[in-house]
Amino acid sequence: MEWDWAFVREIMPTLLEGVKITILATILGSALAAALGLAIALLRRSENRIVSRTVGFLAEFIRGTPLLVQLYFIFYVLPDFGLLLPPLTAGVIGLGLHYGTYAAEVYRAGIDNVPRGQWEAAKACNLNARQTWMHVILPQAIPPMIPALANYFIAMFKETPLLSAITVLELMNQAKSVANTYYRYVEPMTLVGVFFLIISLFSVVLLRWLERRYGKVER
Amino acid sequence: MAAPIIKIDAISKSFGAFKVLDGLSMQVMPGEKLALIGPSGSGKTTILRILMTLERIDGGHIEIEGEQLYHMEREGVLVPASERHLARMRQKIGMVFQLFNLFPHKCVLDNVTLAPMLTKGMPRAAAEKRAMELLDMVGLADKAKAMPAQLSGGQKQRVAIARALALSPKIMLFDEVTSALDPELVGEVLNVMRKLAAETDMTMLLVTHEMGFAHDFADRVLFFDRGKIVEEGKPDDIFRHPKEERTQSFLKKIIAAGHRV
Repeated sequence: MEWDWAFVREIMPTLLEGVKITILATILGSALAAALGLAIALLRRSENRIVSRTVGFLAEFIRGTPLLVQLYFIFYVLPDFGLLLPPLTAGVIGLGLHYGTYAAEVYRAGIDNVPRGQWEAAKACNLNARQTWMHVILPQAIPPMIPALANYFIAMFKETPLLSAITVLELMNQAKSVANTYYRYVEPMTLVGVFFLIISLFSVVLLRWLERRYGKVER
Repeated sequence: MAAPIIKIDAISKSFGAFKVLDGLSMQVMPGEKLALIGPSGSGKTTILRILMTLERIDGGHIEIEGEQLYHMEREGVLVPASERHLARMRQKIGMVFQLFNLFPHKCVLDNVTLAPMLTKGMPRAAAEKRAMELLDMVGLADKAKAMPAQLSGGQKQRVAIARALALSPKIMLFDEVTSALDPELVGEVLNVMRKLAAETDMTMLLVTHEMGFAHDFADRVLFFDRGKIVEEGKPDDIFRHPKEERTQSFLKKIIAAGHRV
């Protein structure tokens, strides 16, 4: 088995198409996970027991089952119930849901870390619940948890090859298809690894910066 | 005689099995400066927290300016207060905490302007003008743009006082506001409170271990023990000639511990 540079040049444009989709899925999935995680964390704190218990159970259920199973469910089973989603949409929803439940735990810890005195000061200032969350609690809770959230988003990025199982044409799927066409696996699979490594390394640098920027809170 | 601004009628409060307050009644007149003293766990801080609605009462009634705090009248019957009713009642009351509880992510000026802008819809310019007047009063106009973390404890507490005043409450609650401060910073906070007492006719309730300050500041001193008022009276009477044995032994202990009287 020899490394063939000409073959690399030939498949590169196809693989780059896949990289674009991989990055897009990660960004959209992260945004959905960040929003969903906050919603789950807030609903789990609801004073209405039915709401908090139901959301808590659903989140545990999603976190306790494999992402691949969830992706199959969203893409192949939901159409039986009349909901047919495009592959990328289904993939983003799967990633967002799954990682949203992890992000919810990060939000929970961040919110719990805001001292009780802040809630009391907000009440003494006569802020209502929404104002307390928006102006006092979340602005203090979110910055310290940015590094932890970013960690999950890097983990999510490395799990995007699972989307190939539901026909999303991301990097892994593109590599698989060129490999199957030419019966050469070494170049496409190596390149997939290299692409992931390069992007991961950049992300780690960004993560370190985020940790320095937001990791510490001054009180 | 004028009507009391605060009327506490047989309130009780337990934390688990521990009964902090048991059928406590007291009244405060408008403009009165009240010092609540007593050993820790005697319920004095709990009274302030109940007035600020940070703790709920288990029984009894509280009236602020003749209006129920925790209840409201509906078709002639008293029912538990709604959040809206509580929010309206809270406007009358401000509180300064032992640990300042400034908003650490906002600069000094924003700490003071936040509540007036959000709860009273005050425009930013007006809120900032008022905030600067208050910061000037507590001697911190030059720190308006500083972050709380850059301030000393005494400065933080003075900002906290300005923040509470920004909502123009009729009643101010001071909960051991100098207990967390280094001794050399206590004076600057007490001076601000003295000025406040002299310049305004606000009703003030003070929980403190600073007996000397309580003596100078208060019109009336209440000595608490185990959720009950053991003795009350003019500062001179309580501090110089306490009648009750429990008051005497408490004051003796406090002096032995090095607190100023």
